[in-house]
Amino acid sequence: MAFTAPLATARSATDIPTGRLATWWVVVSEIVIFGGLVVCYIMFRLHHTDWAEHASHTSTTAGAFNTFVLLTSSLFIVLAHQAASARDLKKAFRYIWFTIGGGCIFLVVKSIEWTNEISHGYTLFTNNFWSFYYVTTGLHGLHVIAGMVIMAIISIGVKKGEHLPRVEYIGIYWHFVDIVWLFLFPLFYIAK
Amino acid sequence: MTMAESTAATESSHEVHHHKEPDFWSKYVFSTDHKMIGMQYMFTGIVMALIGGYMAYVFRMQLAYPGEHVPGFGTVTPLAYNSLITNHGAIMIFWVAMPILIAALGNFLIPLMIGCDDMVFPRINRLSYQIFLISVIVLISSFFVPGGGFGGAWTAYPPLSAQSQYNLTPFGAPLWLLAVALEFVAFLLGGINFITTTMNARAKGMKMYDIPIMVWMIVIASLLFMASVGPLIAGAVMLLFDQTLGTTFYNPENGGDPVLWQHLFWFFGHPEVYVVLLPAMGAVAEVICVFSRKKLFAYKTILYTTFATGILSFFVWAHHQFIAGIDPRMAHVFTVTTVIISIPIAEMLFCYIATLFGGSIELRTPMLFALAFLAEFLIGGVTGIYLGSSGMDIYFHDTYFVLAHFHYTFFPIAIIGFFTSIYYWFPKMFGRMMNETWGKIHFWGTIIPFNCIFLPLFVLGMAGQHRRIYNFKNFPDLATPDLHNLRIFATWSAVVMLVFQIPFMINFMVSIFRGKKAGKNPWKANTLEWTAPSPPPHGNFKELPVVYRPPYEYSVPGREKDYWPQNEPN
Amino acid sequence: MIESLLDNVSTYGGKIDNLFTLITIIVGVWFILAEAVLFYFIIRYRRKEGVKAQYVTGEKKKEHNWIAYPHYLIILCDIVIIAGAVMVWYEVKQKLPPADEIIRVTGRQWSWIFTHPGPDGVLDTADDIETVDKLHVKVDTNYHFQLESKDVIHSFSVPVFRLKQDAIPGRVITGWFNPTKTGEYDVQCAEICGIGHGIMAARISIETPEAHQAWLDEQSKMDQTQRMAMSAENQIENREDNDNG
Repeated sequence: MAFTAPLATARSATDIPTGRLATWWVVVSEIVIFGGLVVCYIMFRLHHTDWAEHASHTSTTAGAFNTFVLLTSSLFIVLAHQAASARDLKKAFRYIWFTIGGGCIFLVVKSIEWTNEISHGYTLFTNNFWSFYYVTTGLHGLHVIAGMVIMAIISIGVKKGEHLPRVEYIGIYWHFVDIVWLFLFPLFYIAK
Repeated sequence: MTMAESTAATESSHEVHHHKEPDFWSKYVFSTDHKMIGMQYMFTGIVMALIGGYMAYVFRMQLAYPGEHVPGFGTVTPLAYNSLITNHGAIMIFWVAMPILIAALGNFLIPLMIGCDDMVFPRINRLSYQIFLISVIVLISSFFVPGGGFGGAWTAYPPLSAQSQYNLTPFGAPLWLLAVALEFVAFLLGGINFITTTMNARAKGMKMYDIPIMVWMIVIASLLFMASVGPLIAGAVMLLFDQTLGTTFYNPENGGDPVLWQHLFWFFGHPEVYVVLLPAMGAVAEVICVFSRKKLFAYKTILYTTFATGILSFFVWAHHQFIAGIDPRMAHVFTVTTVIISIPIAEMLFCYIATLFGGSIELRTPMLFALAFLAEFLIGGVTGIYLGSSGMDIYFHDTYFVLAHFHYTFFPIAIIGFFTSIYYWFPKMFGRMMNETWGKIHFWGTIIPFNCIFLPLFVLGMAGQHRRIYNFKNFPDLATPDLHNLRIFATWSAVVMLVFQIPFMINFMVSIFRGKKAGKNPWKANTLEWTAPSPPPHGNFKELPVVYRPPYEYSVPGREKDYWPQNEPN
Repeated sequence: MIESLLDNVSTYGGKIDNLFTLITIIVGVWFILAEAVLFYFIIRYRRKEGVKAQYVTGEKKKEHNWIAYPHYLIILCDIVIIAGAVMVWYEVKQKLPPADEIIRVTGRQWSWIFTHPGPDGVLDTADDIETVDKLHVKVDTNYHFQLESKDVIHSFSVPVFRLKQDAIPGRVITGWFNPTKTGEYDVQCAEICGIGHGIMAARISIETPEAHQAWLDEQSKMDQTQRMAMSAENQIENREDNDNG
């Protein structure tokens, strides 16, 4: 199945590259998914004052550290984008992998947190706070993993000098994942 | 995928690629060609419509002759009855209206109507269909698992849908939900493709107001879908966890809230009505312009009212929940928003009717269906006013009045809208014409029984008959012979209508191979798809068109021809 | 119009029926008008040899008024409908008149449990009378009902009252009605609640004060265990019906 990209792909009636446009629409549709989940959580939280006690068992330190890690990785992907724009392939490749590294650290910290919480008896089934906590951070974690996989694939292209604009697109996505975390962190870790 | 850096400069050197003849699999099954994907969606949708229609036949027979043997099914148990109505609803909306109106028409028409060779992401397009196909398989397999298919209504209100101790379908319920969720993902991918393609891949010279209404409608519908489905996807994940793992998001015993699901569902569910309505409205607009040789009346007004309707549709959801235990004061707000939505919709319909003024109307089959859409949808529209009025909804909620109302909206949308489109675009899809006489027989054989099915149901609803009850013999007030005769009449009308689909299917299949050759532009229409060969080859156009004018310049004074294709310089 | 199909036996039912008539007149006029114009156009502007269609854009102010004026009229009609709907809603759901008697209605898969307060007129006392699928009320009395559900969502619907209210597990929802005529009528469950949804039928018996008193006396003679035994029997019958159905 030889695939030739249609001419449609190369057109740009809006002067915005098609890939960037599509990435934004992906982000929009993701925003409403996370938005729905977060709004549900907030509605519940307002009705259950006792959740504050449960929220105090999440590790604010770990959350804060992870926030820092994700923000740093976002910086790396910006640098990767800059390098890609300047066609500095090696640098772009390196920064992409720094970003992936950031994602790895995030996930490691996250899994330590989860292990710790589960071993203290706070599982998915403890109450709805913990259900929301695991579902929301889990969904976010899946997005982090997806972002890392896509970045790894893109980095292969970058090495060959192909599909460089994709670095920008994954950057938009990664920022989105980062911003979601900036909502989750105060909602699940800080609000007591 | 080529990115934007490979500029549009290559377009001038465009020539039809002469691939070697692709084998069966890559041509029909794993094709990335938008037309083939559109066909795949369409045929899958038709098959699902037949399944949905069969279900309707079975439960209508049960309602007319409760407890008796239904030919072609057997005895309908309450469990089977619930499963049939649930899946009839879900199939007709998610697996018939959505794939046919949005995905099939969108895929087939958008690139043709905006004058480019394909979608901007053909492989994502293919992925979208494949996910959709998986959702179909998951759904159908859910009928055959132990315990049977899910039977908690297509709205799937928890706790009934969340706990198998209540719904008694431990496997059917999660599979059903999974199928719906997969279907959403498929249409999200498709929607992103539609929106991006229309934004970026339009032919040279095609400005905002040169885009045919059909394309606008599909794009606005995709936007509505994208903006409304997110919370329900989140909600579906929570429900799936409740069903399979035993979390308690919707379980009041552990602090969950069953009404939350209703908010999430209807926040999606109401815009969803417009998601399927708009493409049908778009197809009707194209057809009435062509067959009355008229410019669409107030194109811009239609466009703005569509946007207004779309935005308003996000603020009306709780009118489905007036009596669901929400704060009674909230009902006032949602009554106001709901009744107000009648304004843009009425305005749209007025514009459509005004288009006919001073026209030269030719009643070909597609035109008949388009006009029937307007006439029938009006009934659906005005009966909606009753249900949107909180005071009236106390009585009508969940009665057959509601059922008749939304069938008067969904039937024109999904069935009449589909037939309008298929009779109109058939020559483009297959390069041949459909038979007119059989088309007209099919038209009257569909429209008359349709009214005979659902008008009696309004009466039953007014008599207080509730939905989703498999046998009204248990309710003395409803078991009167008069009311029961109405049920029997509706059932036989449904059977007649189903039988009249046979001439359509024969006409359709025979015309694909034996119909009169259509030529490029059999209807003398203006929009770009009619400048491509019929059927369009891979790549659509021999030479990519350039657009010089809006799409509905019919009967322009001072011109000899009564149409003026968008791509003709003068 | 509805009354010709189904009796109205509550104080507010007539208001809902009137609202129905009001809406029918308003939307009926619009509906007939729109269909008439549509069919007139279809017949009047049929294709004739040599007659070319007119070129009307609908963008000119004069043309646009064809749409604008009906549009203003629709806004006016909408306001009338909204006012009517809100008033009726307020009457039925929001403004509860003081209760003469309070009953409890509990939905469960798949029957209705009605708790009558008994001779002392107070719920949750020893003399409460619990019945299954049969509600006994006095005519011309303001009843408050406390609606509960034991499992899934049900909906307490009494078509002759034009009344409907969902029962949500975990919540107690209060509503009211005042019967105006004696007789026996259907109570339906209006929200799908599982395979027995179709048999979740109950009856409401509206009695004169004397007949109601007689029923109360008869019930009070039985002790609670007897009543419960009767209820359980009913319940088993129901389940069996359901299995056979």
